[in-house]
Amino acid sequence: MTLREPQGHPEHGRGVKAVYALYPDGHSAQQALSQLHAAGVHDRDITIQSAQPMEDFEFGHRDKATWMWWIACGGGLIGMASAVGLTWLTEMSWPINVGGLPIFAWWPNLIIMFELTMLGAILATVITLVVTARLGRGSAIYDAEVSDGKILVGVVNPSESALAGLEAALTAPLGAQLKRI
Amino acid sequence: MTPSHSQINSDLLRPLLRTSWKFYALVTILGGIVVTALVSWLSQMFYGFGISGIRWPVYWGFYVTSFVFWIGISHAGTLISAILRLVDAGWRRPVTRCAEVITVFALMIGAMFPLIHLGRPWLAFWLIPYPSERLIWPNFRSPLVWDFFAINTYLTGSLLFLLLPMIPDFAVVRDKSTGLRRRVYTLLALGWRGTPKQWHRLESAMAIMAIAIVPVAVSVHTIVSFDFSMAPVPMWQSTIFGPYFVAGAIFSGIAGLLIAMAILRRVLHLEQYLHPIHFENLGKLLLVMALLWGYFVFNERLVTYYGNEPSEMAVFWRTQRESFAPLYWTMVIGNFVLPLVIMGIKRFRTITGCVIASLGVVVGMWLERFLIIVPSLGHKYLPYSYGIYRPQPVEIIIAGATFAAMTLLYVLFVKVVPIISIWELKAGEHQPPDTTHAAAEERRLREQHS
Repeated sequence: MTLREPQGHPEHGRGVKAVYALYPDGHSAQQALSQLHAAGVHDRDITIQSAQPMEDFEFGHRDKATWMWWIACGGGLIGMASAVGLTWLTEMSWPINVGGLPIFAWWPNLIIMFELTMLGAILATVITLVVTARLGRGSAIYDAEVSDGKILVGVVNPSESALAGLEAALTAPLGAQLKRI
Repeated sequence: MTPSHSQINSDLLRPLLRTSWKFYALVTILGGIVVTALVSWLSQMFYGFGISGIRWPVYWGFYVTSFVFWIGISHAGTLISAILRLVDAGWRRPVTRCAEVITVFALMIGAMFPLIHLGRPWLAFWLIPYPSERLIWPNFRSPLVWDFFAINTYLTGSLLFLLLPMIPDFAVVRDKSTGLRRRVYTLLALGWRGTPKQWHRLESAMAIMAIAIVPVAVSVHTIVSFDFSMAPVPMWQSTIFGPYFVAGAIFSGIAGLLIAMAILRRVLHLEQYLHPIHFENLGKLLLVMALLWGYFVFNERLVTYYGNEPSEMAVFWRTQRESFAPLYWTMVIGNFVLPLVIMGIKRFRTITGCVIASLGVVVGMWLERFLIIVPSLGHKYLPYSYGIYRPQPVEIIIAGATFAAMTLLYVLFVKVVPIISIWELKAGEHQPPDTTHAAAEERRLREQHS
């Protein structure tokens, strides 16, 4: 059974862009998710939103794998390479003799290398966050009640034929508040 | 009683959504003081540096004292917040943002002082590494260039460390407001929805930044200490200056944070979120740092005394029992005696006690910076270089107004951003169920060890 169709599909249900339910707690949201899985809906088709991290529930562990740590290390390496280049280039291009000390000295330059390494790691982390968390791009489903502690579980672009099944799965847990957009 | 999500939203968004006449009155008063300081600075630019008390041989006075002091205060936030995040201290949740804000504003104020101290701030771009045919490319081996990189890295990192966890809170404000405010916060929230993926990425980013920011914070004040310890000036050339400055910075930072938290708690009625236990925990940290500070001062003084080097001993006695002695002993009382007595006795470790001890520490730490700089510069190795420093009104006004500037920035910030991280507070308040085996096991172990 196909429960989700791309937008514009002939079966796309009568202008229903999304169907979702709001739950008062993580237990109900978890039950709704299990019901959707039982109805054959894939994880990638299910949207979950909450006002805080829900790591005590299974659904809170979705999409946990990330390359962010490695990307931060890469950013740090780029920062360090930039610092080596900057100090080398500037000191060798404009050599200033200070009491016969070496023109390019590692000890004082290590400080600049350290700072730029950390800066590179920090900037790489933030850029990765913006890109991978899809910040600035919004989402088809959202309900302001999420801010009040409700947990949203829903499916975007459901097919007409699957709508009834989805609604049944979403309303199965206690306290579900079904909505369509 | 644990507050509900709606109550948390309502309590913490109240300062943003409602504005009383007191806010405008406070902003006007603080703004007036800041404008006075700006006029003083302009007059210094117009009439020249001669109207300040800075002249040979004491070239560093109130301005550099304030620079070091504010950079020290900046250690309150990001460093403390990062450490508490890394150790996953649950009580940090209402505290972190109050602290992180102090870092950003204190750094901004601190970074102003090199510009003020320049006398001709329009030439400040000379500090930035850029190619020059006049051979004034900064010498990368100079500690002053290290300051440029360290402070800018710390400021950038602290700003991002403050901004990232604000995104989910901007989303809450977006959902709770209307009209223009809603449009502004919609932009600021960057389309935040609170999907598991977004939460994981945000928490990973915060963890990475917490790891990165701790050594950066330590490096910043070590590098500020290098401005002194790399110079051949009596009582400056000391290998202990790095950790001594870092400890002092964290010390004054905690004091600043305690004062800010006490004021916020009272003015914004945050009694339900900022509990006495938060003050007590930070008070214990203040006590530890007071002991550490005392240890460093003892080291510095004893080694100098035992070494008995004439030029160092001259500075030593100037501070211990001559012209600077009143300031020196006020510093010792503020930084050591007061916190030791108040924070060391449990019954005094109240919110009021914490504030009194913190005020002593703030005064004491400002004096400490002053006493490191001025007595040494005024009494170097040979008699021809002896001199005195008398701060002039322009310096006193500017240095004093920075406290008003800090308060003003804080007040304005509280008006546009929830001062306690709403989502972190909610995450701390919600009761974890045992739906997964790992969660159940973790909870069982936590209860067993608590």
